[in-house]
Amino acid sequence: MWDTIFPYLLSGVSVGGQYALIAIGYTMVYGILRLINFAHGDVFMVAGIIMVYIAASGLPLWLCIPLVLLITVAVGFLIERVAYKPLRSAPRMSVMISAIGVSYTLQNLVLYITGGLNKQYPKIPWISETVAIGAAKTKMVTIVTPFLVIALVVALVLLINKTKIGMAMRAVSKDFETSQLMGIKINNVISTTFIIGSFLAGVGSILFFTNYPTVIQTSGAMPGLKAFVAAVFGGIGSIPGAVIGAFIIGIMENIIKGLDVILFKLGVIEAPLGLATFSDAFSFALLIIILVVKPTGLFGEKVTDKV
Amino acid sequence: MNQKKSKKPMIITLVLVAAIYIGVFIAEQTMPATSMLFTVLKKGATYALVAVSMNLLNGFTGIFSLGQAGFMLVGAYVYGIFTIPVAQRAAVYQYFDGGVIQFTVPVIIAMIFAGLAAAFFAFLIGLPVLRLKSDYLAIATLGFAEIIRAIFQWNGLGPVTNGSNMLRSFPSFNDFNIVGADGKVAVYLSTLIPFIMSGVCILLIVLLINSSYGRALKAIRDDEVAAEAMGINLAHHKRLAFCVSSFFAGVGGAMLAMYQTTVQAKSFTSAMTYEILLIVVIGGIGSVTGSVLSSFLFVACSEWWLRFLDEQQMIGDFQVPLLRNGFRLVVFSVIIMIVVLFFRRGIMGDKELPDLLSRRSKSKGRAVK
Amino acid sequence: MKKLIALLLAAIMLVPVFAMADDLPVLKIGVYEPASGDSGAGGKQETLGVQYANAKMPTVEIGGTTYKVELVMADNGSSTDKAPSAAQKLVSENVSVVLGSYGSGVSIAGSDYFKDAGIPAIGLTCTNPQVTAGNSHYFRVCFLDPFQGTVLANYAYKELGATTVYCLGELGNDYDQGLITYFKQAFEALGGTAIVDSFPNNTADFTSYLSNAQGYNADVFFCPVSLAYSTQIIQQASAQGMEIAILGGDTLDSNVVVDAAKGTTVKVICTTFYQEGANAEFDEGFKAWLNENPDMMTNNGGNDMISAVSVMGYDGYVTALAALQAAGSIKGADVMAALPAVEVDSVSGHIKFDGNGDAIRTSAFVKTVNNETGAWEFVAEQKVD
Repeated sequence: MWDTIFPYLLSGVSVGGQYALIAIGYTMVYGILRLINFAHGDVFMVAGIIMVYIAASGLPLWLCIPLVLLITVAVGFLIERVAYKPLRSAPRMSVMISAIGVSYTLQNLVLYITGGLNKQYPKIPWISETVAIGAAKTKMVTIVTPFLVIALVVALVLLINKTKIGMAMRAVSKDFETSQLMGIKINNVISTTFIIGSFLAGVGSILFFTNYPTVIQTSGAMPGLKAFVAAVFGGIGSIPGAVIGAFIIGIMENIIKGLDVILFKLGVIEAPLGLATFSDAFSFALLIIILVVKPTGLFGEKVTDKV
Repeated sequence: MNQKKSKKPMIITLVLVAAIYIGVFIAEQTMPATSMLFTVLKKGATYALVAVSMNLLNGFTGIFSLGQAGFMLVGAYVYGIFTIPVAQRAAVYQYFDGGVIQFTVPVIIAMIFAGLAAAFFAFLIGLPVLRLKSDYLAIATLGFAEIIRAIFQWNGLGPVTNGSNMLRSFPSFNDFNIVGADGKVAVYLSTLIPFIMSGVCILLIVLLINSSYGRALKAIRDDEVAAEAMGINLAHHKRLAFCVSSFFAGVGGAMLAMYQTTVQAKSFTSAMTYEILLIVVIGGIGSVTGSVLSSFLFVACSEWWLRFLDEQQMIGDFQVPLLRNGFRLVVFSVIIMIVVLFFRRGIMGDKELPDLLSRRSKSKGRAVK
Repeated sequence: MKKLIALLLAAIMLVPVFAMADDLPVLKIGVYEPASGDSGAGGKQETLGVQYANAKMPTVEIGGTTYKVELVMADNGSSTDKAPSAAQKLVSENVSVVLGSYGSGVSIAGSDYFKDAGIPAIGLTCTNPQVTAGNSHYFRVCFLDPFQGTVLANYAYKELGATTVYCLGELGNDYDQGLITYFKQAFEALGGTAIVDSFPNNTADFTSYLSNAQGYNADVFFCPVSLAYSTQIIQQASAQGMEIAILGGDTLDSNVVVDAAKGTTVKVICTTFYQEGANAEFDEGFKAWLNENPDMMTNNGGNDMISAVSVMGYDGYVTALAALQAAGSIKGADVMAALPAVEVDSVSGHIKFDGNGDAIRTSAFVKTVNNETGAWEFVAEQKVD
């Protein structure tokens, strides 16, 4: 029984960790700006594409990785300045539409540059090696991911709770206008949020594309959406919630893919039911159930509606 | 002071619309049928209907829903399932022994079924979803659209939906052309028909918006709490807007099926919803005329006018840089970003065509005096 | 003076004659292929075959007049909602015949547009029967999926000794699901068990599906999927240390797949239309042309390994020219009437159409990847009576 489920758990933990890194970006931006940054998944994809091109140009890998992270952070920063800042006083729908527009633009830009061909992600030594865990074999990156995620989250939570900029971020997410009146430089806070989010998305892309090495312009759409679902599931605005939500979504998704095999081996069903087709749909169903039962997510705060 | 609302702008608008219809009919008889103009007109009419239905929901009621593609999918499939000629069913449903449904209904009835099916799904989805806050509502409806897509692609439902395979051979716009005795087309109606279908539906939506229900919806958009305090039943009105909008999205889906001549669930992705949303925003949230105009502009730009950007052009011996496959979409995205950032109110803001005309005639009157 | 002016005028009137002698009348052939999306890589390789053929045979003589053949490209984006506008573009340019598409789904989606305009279409590698079934304007120069499914099932059962096969296809893709259905029919008729599963569009994570195959104790992993997915599957199969063979149809025949499998221990087998070496003259000429044109080399995936779809593209062009000559005119309707009787001998073999518009094909090539050298190795030519 355990042997049957273990490979799926392994896949789930691996992909869940990668979703977690993207989900943190969503939840932080939403906490401060109340904006669903639809373009975040595409920033993740752009990080992957940039790595492909930089590695192809011949630079050694230990130089490529920090360069890619730097460029990703710059892209995230630019997007905020160009597409979201001018619309800060506009109704919420306008900013969300701008985010959708940015996502559309990034995907078309990458389609144009790559010419529609799939690109192969370069092999990063050590994390691409195959290791055996129990009876299952997988890449080293699967083991590295959860530890790296936890380390980054701890660092992030320390940043938010112990530093000045962290305190500013907490204040802004509690009350946007009052924080401005209190003298907090809003632009710096928002830029920092996007920089942190993009940095994490960049790290996530390195882990994700090492596991699944083909990069195309739509590579970021589904992971981005699932990461957002994870962030809402865990409680939007809560970073630990986003991480836990992402791991749950990753694990559940893979268990659903393997559900036919598990039930078959347990003797519950005679023939496969084709349940794997619902693996994506299941994540959304989970989200809707949570939204209906507990709208603020697993770890979200209660929000009162003042009239 | 007696201020009578002048009927003149309304009449001018109606005359303009009639002129457009007559123009379309004449153009189709005179110009070659293979011209890109008619593709743009047919697709534009279809998207216009869907954009107006989305505007009803997002612009007039303030419900930010991203589930449009799901309802279009339902509408397209219901239309296809009920109108494939019985003789062709064995070929279309070739992996499912001809499928379960072995009868057909006339096209108009199938379109109404399509709308009703979409409205029914909307009713079911609305029950849990409509009380959520705007951002969560957007993601929940997006999620439901993906779930609907997964269900329609499921092999288990194959005998009805044909699973992963396409539905085809159902009546399309070209089937409305009147063919003469010699087999050649005598009267071309393939572009006028979608215009009529779209026009009737948009007219119904406009009538709804100008009724007391419409005013209640606008009140909900402007301030939910105040509207409730004024005695408007929020849940009832939101559900009404959601179902009506989805009904017309379903009809729009049926029209899309007729335009594409094939239906496959795989193509009704969230990307399609985003396109409709962009059309609505460019036209102006809250303006029916804006949605109609911008859907034609959008389709014309993406399908026709900007196509030259995808080909490698040579000026003499010099190859123009940058122009290759995919450039059209990049230029298009940049244009959309510019409109979203700098022309936030869209083409028409929240004005309609009669409003534009009435302001001009008012100022003319004053100048005369 | 008058004589001079008269001479000058005569000279000027002769100039257009010289000008016309350089400008041949043009006939257009539409290339309906994906250049982006899931099947972008394959579509580009197929287009290369057509372009090479056009470079080798840029003119054709029809009824005494020599025409210059111009290719009109239309990218259908590998998706059935972009297909109608690509098809419409070709129709509006008044092409005489359409070649394409790579991908049965988009071929079916564009089919009615060509039919309504009276333009014939020649399918190059779309193997799903629905492309030509029930219509008289779509033709095909390759074999069909019921045939391919039987070849694959026979190979899996007899040569690979498989009793259980795990079949994975993309949800919503006619080609994948169709070929799997035919494979399953044939395989179960031989006495084996075929378990069918589908993955949603845009999946990147196949590790769980590979675990599924291991859980069912499958002997073979059958995945006739687009290139975007097959490369992922091969790389992840290698990471998971999967020992069973990966079997696929003609969509796996590409140097992209070879690159993914090179250096690993994953066994990849596919059925296809052509094996490099069967026609040395074509191989040499095509490779030379690729090496001369760096753009074309990039479209071929960066090396000059010949993909069978390029060969079919070449043969489709040859068939189109033969049909144009037989029709004696460049009008679509005339070409459509002439196509059923066309017979040519070309790189992939003898092409003759049956009553349904499908080329009568009796053999398929089976090849496997040599993981060390990174090249295709010929296994067998499966024939069917």
